[in-house]
Amino acid sequence: MRTKQITNNEPRTTMSVILKAENISKQYRLGLVGTGTISHDLNRWWARMRGKEDPYLKVGAVNDRSTKADSDYVWALKAINFEVQKGEVLGIIGKNGAGKSTLLKILSRVTIPTTGEIKTRGRIASLLEVGTGFHPELTGRENMYLNGAILGMSKAEIKAKETEIIEFSGCQRYVDTPVKRYSSGMRVRLAFAVAAFLEPDILIIDEVLAVGDAEFQKKAIGKMQDISKGDGRTVLFVSHNMAAVKNLCTRAIVLENGTSVFEGGTEDAVSFYLRKKENVIDNSFPIELDKGNILDFNILDFKRNNSNLLLGEKCSLELKLEIKDPKSTKINIRYQLFDNNEKLITTLNTYHHDVNKILETKIQSFICDIPNLKLSPGFYDVGLQILDLNTKHVLFQNDKFSEVVVETGDVFKTGKLPSKQNLGVFISEQSWEIK
Amino acid sequence: MSKLNEESWLYTISSKKKLIDFNFKEIWHYRDLLVLFVKRDVVTLYKQTVLGPLWYVIQPLFTALTFTLIFNKVANIETGTVPPFLFNLAGISIWNYFSTCLTATSDTFKSNEAIFGKVYFPRIIVPLSIILSNLLKFGIQLLIFIAFYIYYYSNDAAIAVDSSIIFFPFIILLMGLLGLGIGMIISSLVTKYRDLKFLVGFGVQLLMYVSAVMYPLALMRDKLPNIAWVVEYNPLAYIIETSRFMLLGTGSINGFGITYTVLITFLILFFGIIIFNRTEKTFIDTV
Repeated sequence: MRTKQITNNEPRTTMSVILKAENISKQYRLGLVGTGTISHDLNRWWARMRGKEDPYLKVGAVNDRSTKADSDYVWALKAINFEVQKGEVLGIIGKNGAGKSTLLKILSRVTIPTTGEIKTRGRIASLLEVGTGFHPELTGRENMYLNGAILGMSKAEIKAKETEIIEFSGCQRYVDTPVKRYSSGMRVRLAFAVAAFLEPDILIIDEVLAVGDAEFQKKAIGKMQDISKGDGRTVLFVSHNMAAVKNLCTRAIVLENGTSVFEGGTEDAVSFYLRKKENVIDNSFPIELDKGNILDFNILDFKRNNSNLLLGEKCSLELKLEIKDPKSTKINIRYQLFDNNEKLITTLNTYHHDVNKILETKIQSFICDIPNLKLSPGFYDVGLQILDLNTKHVLFQNDKFSEVVVETGDVFKTGKLPSKQNLGVFISEQSWEIK
Repeated sequence: MSKLNEESWLYTISSKKKLIDFNFKEIWHYRDLLVLFVKRDVVTLYKQTVLGPLWYVIQPLFTALTFTLIFNKVANIETGTVPPFLFNLAGISIWNYFSTCLTATSDTFKSNEAIFGKVYFPRIIVPLSIILSNLLKFGIQLLIFIAFYIYYYSNDAAIAVDSSIIFFPFIILLMGLLGLGIGMIISSLVTKYRDLKFLVGFGVQLLMYVSAVMYPLALMRDKLPNIAWVVEYNPLAYIIETSRFMLLGTGSINGFGITYTVLITFLILFFGIIIFNRTEKTFIDTV
C-alpha cells in the first residue's frame, strides 16, 4: 500500500525538464546538540580518514512524529525523486511533518541534502521568506530595495518596478516611514509585494504566506494564481488546502513520513492523499475501555448502507458499547466532525438531548440520526469521546476515530445539485421569491 | 537529448561538498545586495541617537585620551618624539578596525539565522559587507586622526609621514582580511560549539595587549625579552607597528615582518573561506 505509485500517463507537451531531484534524503539529529556532538564528529572524521562511510548514515528511523524514536537520528526525507517540466505547476502535499518544509529548504538552497542531488536549469526563488531581512530602522522604501536584493533582484530591476510594488502593497502613505512604525499587517503587505514581483525561472510558493486582512489575502492569492497560471512560470506550490492545489496545480506529489508515496495528476493525488488519511484510521473492534468495550461503530447513509453520505439526505451514526457495570455508569457520547484543515465543523452530543436514562442491559446501542445532512461535500474526520457522567471520567477519546465522506446531493429538493466548489461550510435552508 | 542537457544545468544542489566552492559570477550578481548591506549597517547604527555619527569619533578619541593618561602619564611608556596622544590614536583606530571586523564577522551565522534560514544568497556577502562598512567607519576615524595630525604638526611636533605611506591602503586591506579570515573561522565553529562566543569577547581584549597597540614593538623587546616572541609572531603587531611607521615615522619597518604577515593573512583567509564554505551549507541544521 505504501509504495503504490501511479505515474502520470498524460502526454507532456513540453519535453524540457527544468528541475530534477534525484534520490534526495535528509537526515536530522534528534534532541539536543550537546556533549555528544564532539564524539560523533570525531567518529565521522575518523571514518572519513579511513575512506569509510559516515557511520551515522546507516542508523536513523523513518520520520513519524507520533512514535518515539529508538535512534538519535531521523530521516526527514528519504529517497525523493521527481522531475519538473518547464511551465508546470507542481503541488507538494502532505500532513504536518511529512517533509514538505525540509524539501523546500533544500530546494531554496538553505541547506544541502544528506544524499542525492537536485539539478536545475533555472534560478529558484521562494515566496516563503516574507518579512525576513526587514530592518526596523529603515524606511519602507529602503527596506523594499534591501529585501528585493536579498531575494536576488538587482537595484535596477527593483527601481523599474518600484511604483508597482508600492501600489500593490497599498502602503503609499507610509513608504518613507521607518518600518518599525508599521503594523504587522503592513509589514507583511510590503514584504509580499516585493516577493510577488520577483521574476525567477522557478518559483516556490508556500501557501501559508497568505496572511493579512481579508482584502489583502484575496489580492495575494489572486497574484499567486496570476504568477502560476498567467505567465507560464514553473511553480512549486506547497499547501494544505486541497481546493487551492486542485485549482492551481497540474501535477502533484504526496509526501508522507519523508517519502514520496504518490506522484501524478492533481485530482488523483488529492484523492490519494485524502484516502490515505482514511486508511490511517484502522479500528478493529472490540476496542477495550476502562469500563467496557466498543463493540462496533458504523456511519450509515439513508439506505442504511456503509457508504458515502449524501448532502441533504438522512444518515445515522451507530455505536455499540458493552458496559461492565451498567447500573452505575451514565454514558455520554460526543462526536465531533473536523474538516481537512482540522477545523471543528460540528458537534453531536447526547448531553444536549434527553437520552441519559440508565439502561440495565450490558450491551447498548447509541444511535444518532441526522435527518437532513447539511455538511458541505468533502472529507471529515469523526472524533469520538465517551464520558461517564457519574464520575466525569473520560472512557475514550480519539479525534480521528473514523472518517466520513459527504457527496453532493439534492439538498434543496429541486433536482439541482450544488457543485463542490464555492459552497461554503454551512448550507442553509432557503426559499426564494421574486416580487 | 540527454548528453546535451546534462551539460546545460545551471547549478546543482548536491550532498557533495567541494573543498572550495566559490562562485564569483554569483557573488557578482549579488553586488547590489553587498552595497545595500553596507548602507544599512552605516545608516542604522546610530539612528535615534542625539550625537549620531559623532559616536564614530568619540569612541577612539576618549580611548586614546584614557590610554595616554594611564599608559603614558602614569605608567610612563615612552613613545619617543611622537606625542603620546597621536601615537595612541593611530594604534587604536587601526586596532578598532580589526576588532570590529573580527567580532562582527564571527557572529555572522548566529545573528543572520533568520534570513539564512529562509533564503539563499552567497553567505560571504555578509562578512564582506561587515569589512566594507567598518572600512567606512575607519575612514571617518582617519579624518579625525589627520585633523589632530595637522594640529600637532603646526605646533612643531617631531612627526613626519614616511614615503612608504603609499602602501598604507595595502596595510589596512591586510588588517581587514585578517579580521575577515579569523572571523569566518570563528563564525563557522560557533554554529556548533557555542562556547567560542565567550572566548571571542575576552580573547580580543587580550589580543590587543600583545599587538603593540599602546606601546612600540621595540619596548617589548627591551623590557620583556623572554616573552617578546608572543608579540613578534603576532602579525597584528607588525601591521600596527608598520602603519605607525608610515603615519608618524616612529618605530620600525622590516621586510621579514611584512612578508610573514602577508603569508599568515592569506593562509588564515584561505582556511577561513574553506571552513566558511563548508559551514554555510548545513549550519541551519545545527545552529
